[in-house]
Amino acid sequence: MALFEAVRLHKRFGQRVVLEDITLAFEAGTTTGLMGPNGAGKTTCFNVLTGHFAPTRGRVLLDGRDVTGLAPQTIARLGVARSFQTISLFDTETAQDNVVVALPRIRARVADAWRDLARDTAAQDEAAALLGRVGLRGRERTRARDLSYGERRALEIALALAGDPRVLFLDEPTSGLGADGTARLADLVAELKRRYTIVMIEHDMRFLFRLADVVHVIHWGQVIASGTPDALRGDPWVARSQLGAG
Amino acid sequence: MSAAADPAPSGALGAGDAVPARAAPATRLPRPLVALVLLLVAAPWWLPAVGLYPYLAVEVAIFMLYAQGYNLLLGHSGLPSFGHGAFFGVGAYAFGLAQKHVVENLWVDLAAGVLVAALAGALVAAFVSHRRGIYYALLTIAFGQVAWFVAIKWHSVTGGEDGLLNLRRPDVDLGFARLSIASNEGLFLLVLALLAAVVLGCWRFVHSPLGRVLACIRQNETRARFLGYRVWWCKFAVFVLSTAIAGLAGALFAMAQQSAYPNVMSLHQSGFVVMMVLIGGGLASFWGPLVGAAFFILARDLLGAYTETWLLWYGLVFMAVVLWQPEGLAGIWRQLRATAAPGR
Repeated sequence: MALFEAVRLHKRFGQRVVLEDITLAFEAGTTTGLMGPNGAGKTTCFNVLTGHFAPTRGRVLLDGRDVTGLAPQTIARLGVARSFQTISLFDTETAQDNVVVALPRIRARVADAWRDLARDTAAQDEAAALLGRVGLRGRERTRARDLSYGERRALEIALALAGDPRVLFLDEPTSGLGADGTARLADLVAELKRRYTIVMIEHDMRFLFRLADVVHVIHWGQVIASGTPDALRGDPWVARSQLGAG
Repeated sequence: MSAAADPAPSGALGAGDAVPARAAPATRLPRPLVALVLLLVAAPWWLPAVGLYPYLAVEVAIFMLYAQGYNLLLGHSGLPSFGHGAFFGVGAYAFGLAQKHVVENLWVDLAAGVLVAALAGALVAAFVSHRRGIYYALLTIAFGQVAWFVAIKWHSVTGGEDGLLNLRRPDVDLGFARLSIASNEGLFLLVLALLAAVVLGCWRFVHSPLGRVLACIRQNETRARFLGYRVWWCKFAVFVLSTAIAGLAGALFAMAQQSAYPNVMSLHQSGFVVMMVLIGGGLASFWGPLVGAAFFILARDLLGAYTETWLLWYGLVFMAVVLWQPEGLAGIWRQLRATAAPGR
């Protein structure tokens, strides 16, 4: 049984059908890539899987448990973390404080109104270590809004990692990054890949094909092709888009 | 557990360059706050010297307490509660009713003010906490108006337009000593002690996990939700806390005025605390509301001594602040400091 499954997902907004019929399974320990043209339904798919929207029909299963339509905070508590296509941080907090708040140990004690978060050494050290892992050492005290674009992308990932997730969803992690930033991110994901189950939406095919074990191509709200990167290179849609996107 | 279990965070430089990344201890009170408290403690002595009267110090301290608690919502959590006078009023009435019908004991009556206001707060919070922005503002206004209307119309309990009259100031019973607060100087010391406790409590609160999370929710509610936070619960909790503090302020005000009346619950009275917080700089600074409350009450009396239309002039000052200095008096102070000590 796969760790995370989407079974026959259908999602419409009013008359507009965004997900026609999507069935996906993510095995524990694998890295899965989702690709496809803009408007294909990739991000909506993420939003349904992580609880942002309930699907119109279909089921979402985490480790066999039905989590369809549960609130994002409930799904997050079950060990599902995500990053956002449009960077989503706590902008006036420092990088360090962003990560501290993301730690489950802080979430568990949120009602403890008499603890001083700045003096919670264990949490602060854990956050600093996470920032080190994503390459933000030395930037701990910088406010999120003052970080460079690439650093903000890295901080997004640190926030997602802070929950020690069972499944990590990354929505276009390379979006807006230059060649250098993308290369650094690829190294980071390659390292994370060994420890986490990752699902990512990505347009950069070189990046995706280097890192993913399995790739699904989504188009018109359906999965039109699936396979290993090697197998997919021959797929006509993939071949065509490779010509376009380089 | 992932990071804590990671013995060697990536990076070849090792432990040598591990700059202590901890934030500065939050429990250190900022200097302006200390200065403000000293100024306040001395108020009954310097107020008459500048031509004002000791009672004014009581009112300044009460509104400081009220504004500080209110800013937990508006400035800190970004929750625009625009009917907060309701809870101030509920506190005042609960204090008066407890004194008249239950027992005339300072602690019991104050506790009644706090508890009943917090209960009313919990009721309203249950309805508004899944909202934000304009909807939050409108709902809180609506609830505030309901409370004000009830206070006017429920004659048998609230005394209608007249309110509850001839409320007393029960002695402060500390067990080993009994202090009278019949004089304004005596009452001032009690209010000051409670103000200190509330400021300290708020200071701890904004640096606690819940306080930090609320600041994060203000900045990005969706993100907080996807990190697993029960945003509704956090908003509910801070609303109840803030209304409990408003209830304490209302109870103290009932003692100061020796009466409780519906006017304090009206929409424009609810607007005053917003103006206090904004002009003081509550959106940018923890201690802004304290400055703003003092500024408001003093402006009311100083301007009011010259003109009936003081509120017009105050309103113009308020507009100027919002237009040119949205961070209020606290922002002005910050700029002055930055100019005086560049690079700090």
